[in-house]
Parts: sequence; C-alpha cells; structure tokens
Amino acid sequence: MNMHTPLPQRPFPVLEVLDLQVAFPGSVAVKGITFAIEEGKTMALVGESGCGKSLTAFSILRLLPPTASISGGQVVFDGLDLATVSGRKLREIRGKGISMILQEPMTSLNPVLTIGAQVAEVIRRHERLSRSKTRQRVLELLDLVGIPDPQRRYDQFPHNFSGGMRQRVMIAMAVACNPRLLIADEPTTALDVTIQAQVMELLNRLRKQLSMAMLLITHDLGAVAQWADRVAVMYAGRIVEQASVDDFFAAPKHPYSRGLLGSSVGDDAHYTRGRLTEIQGSIVSAAGEAGCAFAPRCPQAVPTCRTAPPELRTFNRDVVRTGWSIACSQVSV
Amino acid sequence: MTDMVANSPTTPVVAPTPVTTSRSKRWSLPAYMRDPFLWVGVAILLSAFVLAAFAGVIYPGDPLDMAGPPLIWPGEDMSYPLGTDALGRDLAAGIVHGARVSLMVGVCAAMLGLLIGTTVGALAGYFGGVVDNVLVRLTELFQTIPTLLLVIVILAIGNPSVPLIVFAIGIASWPMIARLTRSQFMSLREADFVMAARGLGYGTPRIILREILPNALPTIVVATSVLVANGILAEAGLSFLNLGDPNQVSWGSLIGNGRTMLRTEWYLTALPGLAIVLTVLSINIIGDRLTDILNPRSGAR
Repeated sequence: MNMHTPLPQRPFPVLEVLDLQVAFPGSVAVKGITFAIEEGKTMALVGESGCGKSLTAFSILRLLPPTASISGGQVVFDGLDLATVSGRKLREIRGKGISMILQEPMTSLNPVLTIGAQVAEVIRRHERLSRSKTRQRVLELLDLVGIPDPQRRYDQFPHNFSGGMRQRVMIAMAVACNPRLLIADEPTTALDVTIQAQVMELLNRLRKQLSMAMLLITHDLGAVAQWADRVAVMYAGRIVEQASVDDFFAAPKHPYSRGLLGSSVGDDAHYTRGRLTEIQGSIVSAAGEAGCAFAPRCPQAVPTCRTAPPELRTFNRDVVRTGWSIACSQVSV
Repeated sequence: MTDMVANSPTTPVVAPTPVTTSRSKRWSLPAYMRDPFLWVGVAILLSAFVLAAFAGVIYPGDPLDMAGPPLIWPGEDMSYPLGTDALGRDLAAGIVHGARVSLMVGVCAAMLGLLIGTTVGALAGYFGGVVDNVLVRLTELFQTIPTLLLVIVILAIGNPSVPLIVFAIGIASWPMIARLTRSQFMSLREADFVMAARGLGYGTPRIILREILPNALPTIVVATSVLVANGILAEAGLSFLNLGDPNQVSWGSLIGNGRTMLRTEWYLTALPGLAIVLTVLSINIIGDRLTDILNPRSGAR
C-alpha cells in the first residue's frame, strides 16, 4: 500500500478522443485523430475548409450526416465511449454533459417557437423543475448571456433578434444545463467582426464562470491565440501538430502550421506593396496521396515523405497539458 | 387650366400622409386583417355553422316531412320563404338542416384525412429510406384510384350512413396531405434548428412533434381547408347520385331531388347549389389567407 505517495498532478481530461475515424461510403474523412481536453480549458481545432474539423466535432456527439459513420476509435466522456454508447444514454449526454453551438445563428433557432419556450425546453428535457422555476431560470440564463430586458425578450420570436443576439440565445440554450464540455463549431463565422469579439468574450467568461471545457472549431488563428489553451492543427483528416498555444505561436514546427502562420495577415499588410505569403497548391492535392497528405505542397518534402504517412510523434509524455506532437518526419525537437 | 393647377407649386401632387398614422399604427390591425374578402368569408362560414348548430331551433321537426303545398316558389308564401319541393317539403328547412350534414362530413372527413396524411407524411419524410419507400408506395396506390370512385366503392360495400361517408371521403383524401407533409419534413429535417435540437438531446418524437411539425403546419392547415371544401363537394356529389344517407338531408341530396324539375322549378337546384358555392368559396378564401395569418412574422403575435 502506498497510501502516502502523493498522487501525480495529472490533469484530468474531460474528453478523450482516441484514434477516431469517420468514414463516408468510399472515403475516409477523419483518419484517426487523438486528442484530449483538460477540465476548464479551451482546445482549438484549426484547419482549412474540408480538413474534417467540423466532422470531428459532430462525431463526438454522433451528430453525423446519415451517410457518414464512425468507423473506428473511441470518444471517452465520463467513462463512456460515446462512439458505441446506446442512443438513449447518448441523448442524456447531449445538451447536459456536452453541448454544442452551431455556426449559423440565423437558422439554428426554431422560427415558430418563442425564445423563452426554446430555452425552457432544454431545461425541461434534462431537469425536473416547476413551471415558474423554469421560467426564472430561463430569465437568469438570458441575462447571463447578455440579452437586455429578458422579461420582454422571453416571449419574442427569433426573427425579432439580430444574428449576434440569436447566437447569445443559442449559447444560453447550450449552457442551460451546465455542461462540462461546450463544442463551439465556428461560433463567430457568421457574425459581424464587431460582434465576433463580444461572442468570444462571452464564451470565455461563461467557460470560467461555469467551469466548462471548450472545444473551439475555427480557422481564425487570431481567435486561437487569444482564447485557446491548446491547439491542434488538422490537415486532410489528420492532426499534424498539437501543442500548447504559447509554444505553438512562439515556434510552430510542422511545415503546414508554419505556412498557416506565415500566411496570416500582419498589421502592416495594408501598407506594403508585397504579395501576401501563401501556401502553394490546394488541399485537393491530398486526395489519393500515399504518404504525407501535405507532401505535394510542402517546401521541405523529401522523396520518403511520399511513401507512408508520418507518425504523430509526441515530444513530451504529458499529452494533455504540455505535450507537443508533430506528424512530420523532417522535424526533430 | 387644369394643367396649371396640377403643376402649381402650392398644390402638392401627392397628398400628404396624415399625421395620425404614426399614432394609430400601434392600434391598427395587421394587413391580412384589413382584407374585406377575409371578413366576407368568415361571415359566410360562420353563419353556415350557426345555421347548422341551431337547425333544430330554427326549424324544429324533420325537414323530410311534408310542410305545405308542393312547388311553391320562393317569396310566394312567406311561411315558406325559399319555397317547397314537389312533395311539399320546406326548402329553407332542408338547406338549414342540410348545412349540418354537409359541414360535418366536410370537417370530419378533412380531420380524418389530416390525421392519416400527416402521420404517414411525417414518418416517411423524417425517416426516409425503407420507411419512406413503403409509405410512398402506399400513398401512390391510393392516389392512382380516382377519389370519387374509391368513395363510391366503399359506400357500395357498406350501408350509406354519415359516419361511413366521412370514413370513405377521409380515406380517399389523405394522399395529398401525406405528400405535402412528406416534402415539408424532408426539407425541414435538414434544418439547422433540427440539428441543434438533436444536439440538445431531444428524442425523435419530440423533434417530430415540437420542432418540425409546427414549422410544417401552416402549409398543412392551408391544404386542409381545401380538404374541407373538397369533402363538402364530395358529399354533395354522393348525395346527388343517391349514395348519401337517405335519412338525412344534405345540400347534395336537395340538388339531386330538384334535378328532375330543373327546367321549371330551377330554384330547387339553384338555392342549395348557392349554399355549397358560398360555403366552399368562403373556406377557400379563409384557407388562402391562413398562410399569412399563421406566419409568426406577419405580426399577429
């Protein structure tokens, strides 16, 4: 018995995704990705359109399009594998254990139900509260997400709300039952730039207030730098680099990540005449590539890159907090 | 000279908007409520329902009983304001009592059609795949049979009575609602708010009944109003063909009875016919305007 040995200070992951694969008939869209989200932290999943980041997010709650399916791997939440758990159990976790915010606030609310009824519905689904208590809770939630005059707004319909306000309602619905993990799938893409910062600020405040973990799907590296703790870069269905945000932005290691950061527009971009930096080629070139999916566009590619996909090597055992993993044979740490 | 007046700077070409609009706007009715046709339709339909409800009070006794001398023209004798038929039955009593059967058959058959059609359409549209295939084939099977023919066959098998007529018309009329509901569900199940609802852990029944159905309802309700009108017409057609309930007066049976005297005592056919035309027309007008009324954006709520 070693009762007196202090427990190692291991961070506790809320969610662990292990070698997850998502397939459409005839093609594999997510080719085995692994990551974990630590309690109370924000993990950002970045990558360009079509790299499988949204699909990864949706597959966590098994909200896949009818033709897609999880073809391998595990999604561990609360000791359960969400990839195989029963539909009934999964529905209990959706909205209560893990919540989701979608990209499009204009169409994500039911147009014929009042705002109040829609938020109340979530509470009614997962908690037993009296009618008046539910209403009270809805008003608190609307207030929490920064909707002015909740009493009046309660009985209004979505078309009375602006995009930013609707996204706030969506957030209120998502956090109504104090989920432990919030998945935000490009939550600000459809919003005005001025509103984007407000919504991110709100999400960050709620994350701290309600001690949630957050999985942020985005292609906005600025948002990642500002709001996330860890970042995973995806390319063509695989994670190519995963690191803490500080490490990553100080010195990205994978050629793709370097390209991404290199091509982000700096403050002085408007005052120079030079061309913006870009990554040569397009993600289409990844199709059918036997080796590293990025090899056709990679400035550092060597012939061996085209033979087999590089392994994701981890340079620090503590994957969840400080580990740094890179899938590139040409990079050494 | 008139040109001069029109062009003179002191006479504004466009009349200035009254200042009161901004104040009265708060209390004004939504646009669809200001439509006179809607109110005419509502008035006609409402009076038809009132007549049907109070038929026993207005004309107590059996409308099939002989009430006076035969073939009195409307207006000839004020105790029979709409005249009498060949057997001396009061036509006004017939029309008032006939409203009962006609409206009841129309409304009940539409409800039956609505129930079956919505269920079939919702299941087919939401689940898709094999369920959809089976249900669509079933719907098509019913659609290939002409409505009136199917109704006649059902009535020929059973004994013509009001419940059987309702059943027959309901059974024959649901495919339209089913197809409409199915198409609505197929597009709505892909909607973002349905995805959001799934993400919040709602079960399938709740998603169908609370998320999708209310959004599909305006279209379905409008179609159902047409179904009521069709039901009334179908019942009239059946009664005209003597396939209706022989113990009940309906507008259709009145027309059927008057048919033989169409050339001389045409009012026996024309007056119940007018009742059908007005009722069906008003139902169609109301159904048409319902599209606006049921839209939460139109400012009704």
